[in-house]
Amino acid sequence: MTRARWIAVGLLTAVCLVALGANLLAPAPYAKQFRQDTDHAPSRHYLLGTDELGRDRLSRLLYGMRISLLLAPAAALLTTLLAAIIGGVGAYAGGIWDRLTRILIDLFLSLPWLFLLLTVRALLPLDIPAVTSVVVTFALLGTLGWAASARVVAAAVRDLRNSEFVLQARASGCPPFRLVLRHVLPNVRPILLAQFWISVPLFILTEANLGMLGLGVTEPLPSWGNLLRELENYTALAHSPWLWAPLISLVLVVSLFQFILAGEEYAA
Amino acid sequence: MVKRALARQLITIVLTALVGGLLGATLVRMAPGFGVQESDFNAQLGPATRQALHQQDERERDVLSYYGHYLAGLASGDLGFSRSMNRPVLELLRDRLPETLRSLAIGVGGGWLFGLALALPATWKRSPAYSTTASLITGIFLCVPSAVLALLFLVAGSPGRIAIALIVFPKVFRFSRNLLIKTYALPHVLTAKARGLSSARILGWHVLPNIAGPMLALAGVTVSIAFGAAIPVEVVCDYPGLGQLAWRAALARDVPLLVNLTLIIALVTVTANSFSDLLAPAATRDVI
Repeated sequence: MTRARWIAVGLLTAVCLVALGANLLAPAPYAKQFRQDTDHAPSRHYLLGTDELGRDRLSRLLYGMRISLLLAPAAALLTTLLAAIIGGVGAYAGGIWDRLTRILIDLFLSLPWLFLLLTVRALLPLDIPAVTSVVVTFALLGTLGWAASARVVAAAVRDLRNSEFVLQARASGCPPFRLVLRHVLPNVRPILLAQFWISVPLFILTEANLGMLGLGVTEPLPSWGNLLRELENYTALAHSPWLWAPLISLVLVVSLFQFILAGEEYAA
Repeated sequence: MVKRALARQLITIVLTALVGGLLGATLVRMAPGFGVQESDFNAQLGPATRQALHQQDERERDVLSYYGHYLAGLASGDLGFSRSMNRPVLELLRDRLPETLRSLAIGVGGGWLFGLALALPATWKRSPAYSTTASLITGIFLCVPSAVLALLFLVAGSPGRIAIALIVFPKVFRFSRNLLIKTYALPHVLTAKARGLSSARILGWHVLPNIAGPMLALAGVTVSIAFGAAIPVEVVCDYPGLGQLAWRAALARDVPLLVNLTLIIALVTVTANSFSDLLAPAATRDVI
């Protein structure tokens, strides 16, 4: 790993630690309203000012980052598991199962991701409690985002299934379960890990898009998506540069992910 | 061989319509509020009238029967009725499709133009500074949500549709740059260079025929990406297209409209992908 990538990993770790320690570092609870100080400019008390409801922006940003940075990996884990099960099992079984898996993956890939998310999100009540909305948003991302990863996993398992060492193990009477556990899975693990890391920034960005459309995490819980909605008040942007803070932090975190991933890609 | 590929693509399209339709019909029934009628709250209607209206709806409660009606309607061009917009879905689609097609044309066309305009010099020059700068530019656009990009264009007073192009272009740039670098390193291209052929001739005669297949496959994928990006862009910039319609349908919980929209867009993207898959072998020429 190059020095630049180590720096990126260090920065990302620092951001994650800050986000995880939101309840220790945030000056106020995310929903606490300072009604005498609504739309307050940054000051000693409110480092990023307050929003129109008088809530401290810095606190909301820290808590929002915590939600996105905790739940995007959870959704990525779910998506990677689904990809491993659907893509891996289908490709390993071969024959008709492999063909069916390919069709299913192609069908899912042909569906525009955001359209599918909107459709499924519309099936659920819009006025659900804030905590439920967080779980629903990220569970949807995890459940519907598996197809691209499954295609990569299926291709790798297909190659492994026909590889010499697997054929040799099979010929020497290795039971199927042991074959998968000892020979296939260890070889697919780096691919699963890569797919997991690719999914994390993708889900952070998709949640941000859903949040901006009002279909993501609901108030009063903060997330990058609903914090970015303040940018819609674009007449205020010119004289309130602190409104850009959620966007800058989002771009920083996602670009750190991209940078680390790009390094992995070149190294591979 | 071509007939087999054509048949396979046709089967995929038909399967998409059938599976998508069945999923859609099931989803509509799962939606909260399904089966609840406004007539239930109309005090002017007597119990007998209400029961008659409910009996009329009973036939639709069975998923398979509903799906049969849905497919029959689909075959005859009847896509149902949007309750939130109070208009037939087909009419809504007809009104809004040109706007989205305009967004897609600018998005896909612009994305390919920017992507190739950056990728070709990156391959020819092979300068680390240029490559890093190009990667940084594309990296930035990969890190910004499409809704924010559209908003930034709106603030700058520029057409928001360009945001779709900026979502598409990093994918085109990365894919085509990697492909071009690999192709330019092929022995026949190196031989052509050694013989002193012009850059334009090498590109047109020895490189493009080699990469046409994968590039066409990417073209199909970029249509799907552009469709996805069209939703936030049309919402933020207030373009009356299909993306905005889908968003309004989601907020109004108009599931039948949303399901029809998703199905139609899936069919368009599957057809685009199938078309590019079919063209790819014909476009790729073995030049070695």
